[in-house]
Amino acid sequence: METARFLLSRFAQSLFALLCIVTITFFLARLAPGGPFLDEKKIPEHLVEQMKRNYGFDKPLPVQYATYLGRLARGDLGPSLGNKGFTVNEVIAEGFPVSFMLGICGLVIALAIGIPAGVFAAAKRNTIVDYALMALAMIGICLPTFVIAPLLGEIFALELGWFDVALWQNSSAWILGSVTLGLYYSAYIARLTRGSMLDVLSQDFIRTAKAKGVPPLAVLFKHAFRGGITPVVAFLGPALAGLIGGSFVVETVFGLPGLGQHFIKAATNRDYWLINGTVTVFAVLILVMNFLVDVLQAWLDPRTRAAR
Amino acid sequence: MLRPRTDRTGQGRLLRLTLSSLLLLILLPLASCRQESRVERATREKILLLGNGAEPKALDPHLVSSVGDANILRALFEGLVINHPESDTLHEPGVAERWEPNADFSEWRFFLRTNAKWSNGDPVTAHDFTYAYHRILHPEMAAPYASMLYFLKNAEAFNRGEIKDFAEVGVKAVGDHELVCTLDNPAPFFPDVVKHTTWLPVHRGTIEKFGKMTDNYTEWQKPGNHVGNGPFQLAEWRINAHVKARPNPHYWDAANVKLKGIDFYPIESPFTEEKAFRNGLIHLSYSMPESLIESYRKQENSPLRIETYNGSYFYRCNVTQSPTDNADFRRALAWAIDREVIVKYVTRGGQTPAYAFTPPSEEGYHPPQVVGYDLEKARDYLKKAGYTSGKDVPEFVIIINTLEAHKNIAMAIQDMWKKNLGIEKVRIENQEWKVYQQTVLDMRYDVARAGWIGDYVDPQTFLGMWVTKDSNNNTGWSNADYDRLLRESSRLSDPAARLAKLAEAEAVLLDGMPVLPLYWYTRVYLLHPDVRNWHPLLLDNHPYKHIGLVPSEKGGPQ
Repeated sequence: METARFLLSRFAQSLFALLCIVTITFFLARLAPGGPFLDEKKIPEHLVEQMKRNYGFDKPLPVQYATYLGRLARGDLGPSLGNKGFTVNEVIAEGFPVSFMLGICGLVIALAIGIPAGVFAAAKRNTIVDYALMALAMIGICLPTFVIAPLLGEIFALELGWFDVALWQNSSAWILGSVTLGLYYSAYIARLTRGSMLDVLSQDFIRTAKAKGVPPLAVLFKHAFRGGITPVVAFLGPALAGLIGGSFVVETVFGLPGLGQHFIKAATNRDYWLINGTVTVFAVLILVMNFLVDVLQAWLDPRTRAAR
Repeated sequence: MLRPRTDRTGQGRLLRLTLSSLLLLILLPLASCRQESRVERATREKILLLGNGAEPKALDPHLVSSVGDANILRALFEGLVINHPESDTLHEPGVAERWEPNADFSEWRFFLRTNAKWSNGDPVTAHDFTYAYHRILHPEMAAPYASMLYFLKNAEAFNRGEIKDFAEVGVKAVGDHELVCTLDNPAPFFPDVVKHTTWLPVHRGTIEKFGKMTDNYTEWQKPGNHVGNGPFQLAEWRINAHVKARPNPHYWDAANVKLKGIDFYPIESPFTEEKAFRNGLIHLSYSMPESLIESYRKQENSPLRIETYNGSYFYRCNVTQSPTDNADFRRALAWAIDREVIVKYVTRGGQTPAYAFTPPSEEGYHPPQVVGYDLEKARDYLKKAGYTSGKDVPEFVIIINTLEAHKNIAMAIQDMWKKNLGIEKVRIENQEWKVYQQTVLDMRYDVARAGWIGDYVDPQTFLGMWVTKDSNNNTGWSNADYDRLLRESSRLSDPAARLAKLAEAEAVLLDGMPVLPLYWYTRVYLLHPDVRNWHPLLLDNHPYKHIGLVPSEKGGPQ
């Protein structure tokens, strides 16, 4: 009963947040100067007028907004103005699997590197190992993806020839893309894990366990790990959403046809429906992820469960 | 008891699957350790791998406007006249076997070959062309580039909706194999015009199978539905990934098509493209980072190509507000720019310094010599404009769209004006692409960066825009003499006299100086030695049916 009410209220909150995001995006996109029909070679005025009529941009904004919401409720995101001949649904459906694969693999890499590094650093607190690991993580955070990505390409594709440097079909470039994303996030995760592991390790029940003679490794993994990992789990939601939607740089550097490029291109092309569509999908992604993370966290930490 | 066990086996399977796929991920690239690069294999299979800049906007000839789109359409469709592989001024017969103008070049008859076929086997007839021109000019179609057909009599009026009956437009099919184009004015260069993608035919049955004639969004452009009449047909189209064209078995000249396919890759970043080329992923790049030109120049057998391109880079001056409303002031600005320095040290792509607006062409157009780099003259003009020194010039702004290259040029010019004329208060303002376009359109600027790529090889495509109130003028400049000269030139049927008249008009333009010409474009790209019959072309419209792929001897790039 409690759980059902909790889920329902979270769902209602998410829906409201989504409506706000959709509305703000719709009007913000229209406020931007220029428009989708502006080109370096000017399109004659009478044709621009006709194009506006064809797309319904001649109607008052509130009317357009209402029709848009109606369409959105039916899951129709409209035509893309920049990719003529494709609907926004099609554009997103083509880009999403690419971004999803990049994101998931990136996340796996991030966790596989970040968590052990963080745990290890916490266990060897204030030793050279700790400092070295955290220095590496700091470098990882400071080095932007647009530096790491070309570097990886230059080394592992062009020098060593292990991967392809670009393209999607029959190409291994996406692995380098995932690694770039993974490395970047692994640095965050390492620092996060270290911090929370230190918190947990300084608590009484750990001291008790140690006093009782539980071997150090067992203390670390059996007693401390579950508590220490909670903030990382909380971070997973936004991280995965960010990995899937925010891989613009990686997509550009490795020429991958993911969603990230559409975010930027839609905005520069003033492709109104694609702007709204990508933002909506991204918003839904974040909301769903956060929701899942809440549930997962409750499962990991009995206290949060009880508090509700 | 049952549940944990199935759980465990499920987990085990998942674990094994993950592990093995991870292993595969690591081993796969190692195992296939490139005995043969992608390009080598493609050469063997005769598939041209082509970097094509941006994702195509559409594969419907009536909806597109960009160079990359046209590159794909040239593979999928064939017009009346097609580009010659080696020259911009020569023509190759396309669907039309031959063509002839009347005495004053105002009526053109195209005689269509009888063996031309669509990719579904239907014959290509003159009616396909009239249908296509009806469609692109139809007001409801709102085709962005419809104005390219305004050469036809009454085409503009029909496009504006002032004439309802398409029969009044100057294009007629006489039987199935003769097309007659009646023009508003003589146009000796008309075969050049019809090479443009806007003049391609479309297949009526296919378009109307998926919607109305004027529907912009239908499924007809998709692979499987798309019907064209070019040497290739559409096989695959994945957004931002690739467009694949494979041979059209019904193409009339299929026996002479050397390639077995073309893959177009929309790689937007020139840096990524250059790496893809170096990695052996593409035969040909669309562009090239300026910063790498020098190192490529030094290579032996360098794949670097620098070729003249039919475009002009210039600054617009707003002649409706101070200080750029003063013609002498604009002249002072123009004479104080050292264009040699700009192309040599700033752009570095082998561009030609421009002392006129229209690039010179081999067909015999020689732009007048009016502007130059002369500080004495520049300072004289500044005095004539009423400034005793550059310090008195009020602040004005150069607007550029955000791009490193534009910024560097603007900074060089800002510096030249300061050093040469003493003008201190010049600001440079970055604007996002669409914002910049809106600013220029609304004429809320003093000086604005601009570029213009000609649609065909004739000064008309450059000079037409400076006529009073032309929608691309955007400077407020208007000159009765100029308008008159352009009008007169359009009535001349003698090509030489016409070009002389246009040069006269350009002299008026350069004297009025609403534009500061800076340089004429080059196209800088990388070309793999396996690609055959790829010659420098001013318009860069290469007819794919002549392009071949032959493995070159060792010593290519890498």
